[in-house]
Amino acid sequence: MKPAQTSFDRRLWLGALRDAFVKLDPRSLIHNPVMFTTALVAAAATVLFVRDLTSGAGHLLFSGQVIIWLWFTVLFANFAEALAEGRGKAQAEALRQTRTQTRARRLGKAGGAADVTWVPATELRTGDVVLVEAGEFIPGDGEVIEGVATVDESAITGESAPVVRESGGDRSAVTGGTRVLSDSIKIRITAAAGSSFLDRMIALVEGAARQKTPNELALNVLLAGMTLIFILACASIPSFAAYAGGKVSTIVLIALFVTLIPTTIGALLSAIGIAGMNRLVRFNVLAMSGRAVEAAGDVDTLLLDKTGTITLGNRQAADFLPAPGVDARELAEAAQLASLADETPEGRSIVVLAKERYGLRPRDVASLHARFVPFSAQTRMSGVDLDGSEIRKGAVDAIVDYAKAHGHGQPVPGAVLEDVERVAKGGGTPLIVARDGRVLGVVHLKDIVKNGIKTRFAELRSMGIKTVMITGDNPLTAAAIAAEAGVDDFLAQAKPEDKLALIRKEQAQGKLVAMCGDGTNDAPALAQADVGVAMQTGTQAAREAGNMVDLDSDPTKLIEIVAIGKQLLITRGALTTFSVSNDVAKYFAILPAMFATIYPPLAALNVMHLGSPQSAILSATIFNAVIILLLVPLALRGVKYRPAPAATLLARNLAIYGLGGLVAPFVGIKLIDFAINAVGLV
Amino acid sequence: MTVNGWLQIVLYCVLLLLSVRPLGGFMHRLFAGERVFLTPLLGPVERGFYKLAGVDQRSEQNWLQYAVAMLLFNMLGFALLYLILRTQVWLPLNPQQLPNLSADLAFNTAMSFTTNTNWQAYGGEATMSYFSQMVGLAVQNFLSAATGIALALALIRGFARKTAGEIGNAWVDITRATLYLLLPICLFYAVFLIWQGVPQNFSAYTEATTLEGAKQVIAQGPIASQEAIKMLGTNGGGFVNANSAHPFENPTALSNFFEMLSIFLIGAALTDVFGRAVGNRWQGHAILGAMMVLFVAGVALAYWAEASAPNALAHIDGVQAAGNLEGKETRFGVASSALFAVITTAASCGAVNAMHDSFTALGGAIPMLNIMLGEVVIGGVGAGFYGMMLYALIAIFMAGLMVGRTPEYVGKKIEAREVKLASLAVLAAPLAILGFTALACVLPDGLKGLANAGPHGFSEMLYAYSSAAGNNGSAFAGLSANSVFYNVTLGLAMLIGRFAIIVPMLAIAGSLAAKKQVPASAGTLPTDGGLFVALVVAVVLVFGGLTFLPSLVLGPIAEHYAMLAGTSF
Repeated sequence: MKPAQTSFDRRLWLGALRDAFVKLDPRSLIHNPVMFTTALVAAAATVLFVRDLTSGAGHLLFSGQVIIWLWFTVLFANFAEALAEGRGKAQAEALRQTRTQTRARRLGKAGGAADVTWVPATELRTGDVVLVEAGEFIPGDGEVIEGVATVDESAITGESAPVVRESGGDRSAVTGGTRVLSDSIKIRITAAAGSSFLDRMIALVEGAARQKTPNELALNVLLAGMTLIFILACASIPSFAAYAGGKVSTIVLIALFVTLIPTTIGALLSAIGIAGMNRLVRFNVLAMSGRAVEAAGDVDTLLLDKTGTITLGNRQAADFLPAPGVDARELAEAAQLASLADETPEGRSIVVLAKERYGLRPRDVASLHARFVPFSAQTRMSGVDLDGSEIRKGAVDAIVDYAKAHGHGQPVPGAVLEDVERVAKGGGTPLIVARDGRVLGVVHLKDIVKNGIKTRFAELRSMGIKTVMITGDNPLTAAAIAAEAGVDDFLAQAKPEDKLALIRKEQAQGKLVAMCGDGTNDAPALAQADVGVAMQTGTQAAREAGNMVDLDSDPTKLIEIVAIGKQLLITRGALTTFSVSNDVAKYFAILPAMFATIYPPLAALNVMHLGSPQSAILSATIFNAVIILLLVPLALRGVKYRPAPAATLLARNLAIYGLGGLVAPFVGIKLIDFAINAVGLV
Repeated sequence: MTVNGWLQIVLYCVLLLLSVRPLGGFMHRLFAGERVFLTPLLGPVERGFYKLAGVDQRSEQNWLQYAVAMLLFNMLGFALLYLILRTQVWLPLNPQQLPNLSADLAFNTAMSFTTNTNWQAYGGEATMSYFSQMVGLAVQNFLSAATGIALALALIRGFARKTAGEIGNAWVDITRATLYLLLPICLFYAVFLIWQGVPQNFSAYTEATTLEGAKQVIAQGPIASQEAIKMLGTNGGGFVNANSAHPFENPTALSNFFEMLSIFLIGAALTDVFGRAVGNRWQGHAILGAMMVLFVAGVALAYWAEASAPNALAHIDGVQAAGNLEGKETRFGVASSALFAVITTAASCGAVNAMHDSFTALGGAIPMLNIMLGEVVIGGVGAGFYGMMLYALIAIFMAGLMVGRTPEYVGKKIEAREVKLASLAVLAAPLAILGFTALACVLPDGLKGLANAGPHGFSEMLYAYSSAAGNNGSAFAGLSANSVFYNVTLGLAMLIGRFAIIVPMLAIAGSLAAKKQVPASAGTLPTDGGLFVALVVAVVLVFGGLTFLPSLVLGPIAEHYAMLAGTSF
């Protein structure tokens, strides 16, 4: 994969270089007021330069160099934006190609190997089943229903290491346009052509004009306002100078103006926004709008589903607690028999535990002549009828009812109820096993809280984010797990309406709420939440209701999404502060150079001891342009973010970007000036 | 610098800070419509006014209605004052038979007093009849101050209210500010001043023969009553030309101290009203803290510049060991004069007890910078508060992002609309100051008014337009400003400097009031602590400084370095 990656990078760079020039088009520049103004004065300066060139007046070597750097300032800004766009664009182009060229092996309803028709990927419909073999592109978004394969998803995620996709579980979702590297898989298509991830992504990167986010718009207004102030400050100088009996050359005035206006943040603002979206994409999360990413940074309340987010997958059997007079082995055997046909993880874990504890080998289901009773919402029990006897397992109240109703039913022993109570209080789920109306005992199903989740919640708390655990468990169980995991609050026995109500309640207090969900009944809550992350494996309704889709269907990611949103905002604020603080040094470079001929004692303001007025002005201009280029990696990568209380974050970032912004240009300009004078450029 | 000088400064700060909480509490209750101790006495009067004017005190206005009411009220005030000034010779109480004012001077003066600027292109005792002083100027002193207070209250309500459409009732706010706050304080204040020796009469000027046998005309009149509101309302328009440097306006050290204190009194208390309204007094204290940091730094610099001038100027005549005493009253001395100069320009008062023109270059640059920064250090009554809040909004917006949330202040999200309006408001003063100074620099009409050459002459023009646009009214005397050019351009600068800020500011208040309130959490940028104070101070200095640095370099800074090199202007 390495060589391919390098050539991809080179194409990216070359493309960005080309786009830097293409973006000089005024129609594209106008969207960025600061850079548009810069380009405008650079153009004016160029015209004046050409005029002077023909007349031979002025210090042409000096003004020529200043003008070159003014243009570089604009080009660097364009380059930053193009580079940020480039990655997504290159991916989109490659993907668009695969989409139109891919042909799919569609399987007939019978599903037999013979019943295969080749169709173009664009003709696939939701529900179609296709077979994809090694080396072939996956024709559309879907779910693996059979097989395991390694898939190269670099086209979308930029990550060259192949990933495993398999049927069942969390890794069953595949995305159209990615390539199967080994083995073959059967895929059920879940998104019709035109609404797949790929289509949305292409639309996002190439959509007529990228929608600016609300905060980005506001920041642009502030930058435009600052530009206006500096227009005033600079435009009044010639008149002031005339009063003092001096003259300030246009090129010097233009250099002062361009260095003062916030070109640094102006140049990088849109790159920061695009890079933020790209970070999410690389994280396998697709945001439907930049607004959602920004909102993620503002989230006050996180609704987290217990299962899969806070606890590991599903509950597992942890213990057998026999009723008085019942052998533990008998209970285990009954529980195992009742679970043999139960394909849920809980059921399997009971079979496994019985084997581990008592060496009970699961028997061949077919040879038992047993009739399995699946779980139903009415009985809320499952079990097996075997050799004339009934074995049932289920929730406490269900089995109590069952025992009462059963012909030779006996009351549930008090000791069993005590066990039930103890298990529930400890955060576990009690499951009662009965044979022919006689209660054998309790199976302790336990939620396993994920490793390290408690520290993450503590981090979130320090960031001021409240975590709420959503669970269908009873309040007792929920409280125990909530305490163990360290969440701030929980919603027990949650129905979809409860979730929606909770979100509304939080929002009424002015809070922003994030949640993730996958089921159709999550859709209203997903739509109501400020940040709704739908799982790629989830239903179409859920995916349409949310404003983000997680391709990995990993609900834990909500936490990372919040971090990415915050990082985006911090990067914006940090570079704005840096940009504005820079101006102090630029004034100290240019003002003495500008006015020392008028009032010679003002040379005392040249605190950097710059070589000559010309070199001082040129150095400031060069610094102003080069700093953009130097900050591109930071803009694309984002400022480092560690969860911490706001005051700590602000103090640290103010020290780095505020004070740093004050000091850095003094050093930078001095160094550039030194180099200019050493080489003798002016 | 002397220990005595520093003691005065410290005593001043302590007394000021002690006044903040009691007055803040009183104002908070007053403008929330609650009962205050004056209600039994003044309640019937207040209700009488509403009945007379047909105002329903319970009905409130949205920001636009509030703004229209305010503009209308000020426009009428302007027209009335203009009329009085143009006809004073036919009006009563004119024992000196002073003539009517010219059209341009009347325009300038009327604009000046309705905008709380009190720039005076005239000498009071030689121009204004007692009627003009009392019915014309003093009335506007009260009303422009009340307007400022009302506006600050409207903004405070914008922050405090949740999803509300209204921001108060302009008529009620102005009435309460005048009736319960300004008038009662001024009543006692004027009596105090009379006790200290300030005249209060309707007599014609006294003619006296001096010991040398020369004839001298001693001006007098109802000075005490006007002096009180002139200071308390941060108006600053002197009854006599020498303003608070004149013994009839400011006779003793005690009167001087209280005049300084009264300038900051209401402005400082407004920060506490804000804190109380948003339910966290430290929010208000943080704003006051930022103001005090800038204030103390300004005083220290100005005092140092004035007191230590002799070292650099030892070779120049007239500079004594006591510091730069040129243009200062010896009875006040260097410390008190520097303190007064910083206070009067930090607030948009503009009263003076010394001639700023005679300050050293740096000593004079501090008052000028104070004005240029927008008079947000305590500031004019109301105006200083909302000016500072504009800076706070910008500070929050720039740096607030660095905590990883979209910016919010006291629970209100700061979005594109607020930023747009705040930028607009912040832009107004630089536009007027730099634009008109640039004009005056190149037009013969502008240059004609200058008394000094070089950077000092430039400072005179720059100061004049800063003072007008900042609605300060103090002057770097030396500029002959009573000409058609200066009267008109300065009048326009006052207009822009007042209303081009007020209207967007009220729009911000309306927009904030309509927002919901986001509860604070550990992730919210704390705006009630030292870090926020530092942030606001930095933004004020950087924003204000960056805007005006080129002009300051060509004015006071050039003069300072020239002085060090042995040249003066």
